[in-house]
Amino acid sequence: MAVKDFIRERFFPHLWCPGCGHGIVMNNMIRAIEKLGVSKNDIVMVSGIGCSSRITGYLDFHTLHTIHGRALAFATGVKMSRPELNVIIPMGDGDALSIGGNHFIHAARRNIDITAIVMNNRIYGMTGGQYSPLSGFGINATTAPYTSIDNDFDVVKLSIAAGASFVARTTTYHVKQMADIIAQAILHKGFSVVEIMSQCPTYFGRKNKQGNAVEMINSYRINTTPKGSKAKKENPSLIERGIFIQEERAEYCKEYDKIIQRATKGNK
Amino acid sequence: MENKIKFVQGNEACVEGALYAGLDFFAGYPITPSTEIAEILSARLPQKGGKFIQMEDEIASMCAIIGASLTGKKVLTATSGPGFSLMQESLGYAIMTEIPSIIVNVQRGGPSTGIPTHVSQGDVNQTRWGTHGDHAIITMTASNHPDIFLVTVDAFNIAETYRTPVVLLFDEVVGHMREKLIIPEPGKIPLVERLRTSVRDGTDYHPYLAREDGRLPMSDFGGVHRYNVTGLAHDMWGFPTDTPKVAHGLLRHLVDKIENNVNKIARYKEFYLEDADQILISYGASARSALHVVENLRKKNQKIGLLELQTLWPFPSAIVREKCLKAKYIVVVEMNMGQIRTSVQNAVEHPERVFLANRIDGVMINPTDIKNILRLIKGQGV
Repeated sequence: MAVKDFIRERFFPHLWCPGCGHGIVMNNMIRAIEKLGVSKNDIVMVSGIGCSSRITGYLDFHTLHTIHGRALAFATGVKMSRPELNVIIPMGDGDALSIGGNHFIHAARRNIDITAIVMNNRIYGMTGGQYSPLSGFGINATTAPYTSIDNDFDVVKLSIAAGASFVARTTTYHVKQMADIIAQAILHKGFSVVEIMSQCPTYFGRKNKQGNAVEMINSYRINTTPKGSKAKKENPSLIERGIFIQEERAEYCKEYDKIIQRATKGNK
Repeated sequence: MENKIKFVQGNEACVEGALYAGLDFFAGYPITPSTEIAEILSARLPQKGGKFIQMEDEIASMCAIIGASLTGKKVLTATSGPGFSLMQESLGYAIMTEIPSIIVNVQRGGPSTGIPTHVSQGDVNQTRWGTHGDHAIITMTASNHPDIFLVTVDAFNIAETYRTPVVLLFDEVVGHMREKLIIPEPGKIPLVERLRTSVRDGTDYHPYLAREDGRLPMSDFGGVHRYNVTGLAHDMWGFPTDTPKVAHGLLRHLVDKIENNVNKIARYKEFYLEDADQILISYGASARSALHVVENLRKKNQKIGLLELQTLWPFPSAIVREKCLKAKYIVVVEMNMGQIRTSVQNAVEHPERVFLANRIDGVMINPTDIKNILRLIKGQGV
């Protein structure tokens, strides 16, 4: 199937700014799904609020565009009711880890078979460039005119600590790796998190003098390195990418099936 | 044969009603005085292949049931005031996206943490206007266990009929007190199942295009129709729009589908109203004391009657007005500072004849409280 067959052309043009990384992520989500050969009817995409969350409307799946931060809670209801469906959640950094942080760690703790794609542009784009819990110390934003004094989360470490059984990181520069990781995350039976560093030239880039979209994407090439590489040992400030954890563990819906077996036995 | 006669708490009567109506999915968070609903369903739902989940908070609980409902399930959550406050945003989402769902609020004293283990009816207006924006909502209540059962079944039927959330607003007294409940045989009460679209695979399905009768056939997530659901103002495909004409039509539809059917949605019981010149209007636990007063004073040949409301929202104004035409005194009996009294005043021909008998101290209003108000109204002293 061609990439365009996954898109709802009726709903275009999209609302993303020129140079935004989210279109690159959408493209590679489609490529991953196309590669896996999953039927469009078997995919439910649930999102919250923000620039990244608008992906759901543009894609020809069962799509649920919900309220800010709560996509994983809605998705939990969908997945428990129809465990055979693939449930994928595109989410922004603020949506996933500020207002939605509690739902994020609890979905990870349950290890429910949902794929969370965290599109991390380190800023609230839709509201015009306020700092997010992933902006980090010393960052400029419209609500941090004297620079941010908030520290940021490490999405990978947080996800692993909370109990996610598949955790990976990639960037909008590394598109082949992105499509491959997304495909593996969807295949994984358990809660999977893929952090994708995605550029926001309009707000984060401009406020922090990081140049245009091309320069920002290029910075992902320069500032990241494969997990466990020699370069990381030599330069600890490099950000690692790749798959950090991939473990088979008891999955929530499968475990609930056992509860049903126990309950129906007790009934007889 | 399973015993169909039970001696149960009101919360359990609600569970029985929900299961009778075909409940498939419950998500909730523990909170007094509603917790028994979650506890009992954690045992009962998996016995019938249904699903129970204890979420991380009430926000997540409400969101999870909306997600489950979209896959075609009948869904429920249960909470009390503080949790109900947390659910308001997602309740508005269910209204906007027209997702059938049932929310039980077993009221306790408020505001804030309030008096968790004591009775109150202070959330009546919150159920009406708790979520932001113009909207219509359905709220139902009951004063005894057979009625809790019936109203719960009714709530599921109404939620499917109008594609809307329904709030079941109970209180600590009816939730916790024990009383006899006879569960009707399956099939005795008709159930409304989800109206699903007959549009075939490959044909353009419009999830938000109402039929001539105002109803919107649904398609289960995971089926052959792939469509978009959003809390943004949306067109007939469910896609975001800010076109004034479409936004106007959507809001009118959301309100009209309920407000235009107010008499169909209205549930109430009347006691001795035919010749009554004094009318008590009450609901929930308060109606038990009100009925006691009416039966007591009837023995003393007073022309007094009771109108017990079971549908609080949309407020059945025309019915209340008609029932109260001949009343010299109308006393609203409730455990709050007059939340339904205001609606009664707006409904009746003589608002100056409307009085309030209430308690707001966490103690169940008793017949003497009501009788004292009646005496004061008549200038008899207490």
